[in-house]
Amino acid sequence: MRQHYSAWKVLAASASGHKDWQPAWRDAEPKSRYDIVIIGGGGHGLATAYYLAKNHGITNVAVIEKAWIGGGNTGRNTTVVRSNYLYPESARLYDFSVKLYEDLSRELNFNIMFSQRGVVTLAHSRHDLDNMTQWANAMRLNGVDSELLDARQVQALMPRLEMSGAARYPVLGGFIQRRAGTARHDAVAWGYARAASAMGVDIVQNCSVNDYLFEGAGNERKVVGVRTSKGDIRADRVAVAVAGASTQMADLAGFRLPVTSWSLQAMVSEPVKPALDVAVLSPSLGVYLSQSDKGEVVMGGALDRFNSFAQRGSFATTQDVIAATLDLFPTLGRLRLMRQWAGTVDLVQDSSPILGETPVRNLYFNCGWGTGGFKAIPVGGWTMAHVLATGKTHELAEPFQLDRFRTGRLIDEAAASGIAH
Amino acid sequence: MLLITCPHCGPRPESEFTFGGQSHIQRPTLNEQVDDAQWGEYLFFRDNPRGNHAECWRHTYGCSEWFNLVRHTVTHQIEAVYTMDAPRPEGAHS
Repeated sequence: MRQHYSAWKVLAASASGHKDWQPAWRDAEPKSRYDIVIIGGGGHGLATAYYLAKNHGITNVAVIEKAWIGGGNTGRNTTVVRSNYLYPESARLYDFSVKLYEDLSRELNFNIMFSQRGVVTLAHSRHDLDNMTQWANAMRLNGVDSELLDARQVQALMPRLEMSGAARYPVLGGFIQRRAGTARHDAVAWGYARAASAMGVDIVQNCSVNDYLFEGAGNERKVVGVRTSKGDIRADRVAVAVAGASTQMADLAGFRLPVTSWSLQAMVSEPVKPALDVAVLSPSLGVYLSQSDKGEVVMGGALDRFNSFAQRGSFATTQDVIAATLDLFPTLGRLRLMRQWAGTVDLVQDSSPILGETPVRNLYFNCGWGTGGFKAIPVGGWTMAHVLATGKTHELAEPFQLDRFRTGRLIDEAAASGIAH
Repeated sequence: MLLITCPHCGPRPESEFTFGGQSHIQRPTLNEQVDDAQWGEYLFFRDNPRGNHAECWRHTYGCSEWFNLVRHTVTHQIEAVYTMDAPRPEGAHS
């Protein structure tokens, strides 16, 4: 039984010097059989386990994580949550996710610090303004909030933005999605883990999956479990949510994915007092930034120039991101850079995810979120749980099936969804 | 930052180059009967090795020529540089 968290509980615990807190979730040893095994203990895998238990009553589930939960891209992203996409299929998917985020702290009884501070996208030319007018209007037609801003409104939101006219790329305006914002990334993983664990899900850390267990041949070939560093585990269905390593897990099952792996960097400055209270994105300059609750300026930009599994990031791209940041906010030039890191992301040609069945029976993949998987954690888990429990693809996930690379029915957000992604 | 040896201009920093993805992709010939799966494979599916990768690069801010190199996707070590019409060198496989 999990402890309920509340302000009262914190006060009461302080009386005993905070010595009575229990671990938030059980660190389990794997059983030999489950209904469903989920490979990958990041946000998507943990959310899948949580919604399997909550929406479908399936609790004989294990989440198998190679290292520690939330230590991959869930712990490496820049925490932006938004649904400013162009096409109706994407708008439905990502806005459902934002709606789940809005109630997630209460639902999980875990403060994920979702702050709907607004995401501002900047226009630096007449073409940018035209594009953003179309983009913001498309969002409204899809039922997602957006608001066009002129230069004065942008400046009112960000007084430190370079607006003197001396900028190499002057800001002419932009648009804002006010319901968008940031959340505490680790808390999303921990909150889902705690809630899933309390309902009976086993979370197995430091356990790598080295192969699948198969039965049958030809068209009858199906996955019946996984071979792990802690022994064989049988399962009726296996779900894979391992961004960055998706193609390796597909190779083991004997099929190809239209995915390549790339480094996406992020970096933070030393912490300072509040100076920026929206998240801001400049597609033309290839940079986005926000200020964390600790006070660090969190910066990210384009992918590195070449595919990579290195998880460190190229200095050429680091320079590009910092140069663009200083173009927008020259006063940040006096800050010191504290940390820089990279995660390995799945890149798909149309920059849309792959969510559901694979050519192998009983094996399901959640991959291909590109640079924007964090915002999609709730909907990724929700739709994956649906197909695992019912055998039927969730309607939100229907456009995002692997067969679109044969039929040609792509959802090409590559040019539409903000930063190169 | 990679130091890439352009076959025409010599060693130059990564920021002068554009990455062009996997090399040696064979387009299905026009007269061949190509089904949707094969065409999709040609357009969208690429090798993604955790190891040596044969790829094309363009020296955009130099001679502007395309060329090939074999690069390790974890260490970023460049194993071979060769021209567009040359086959992938022996011994540079993953």
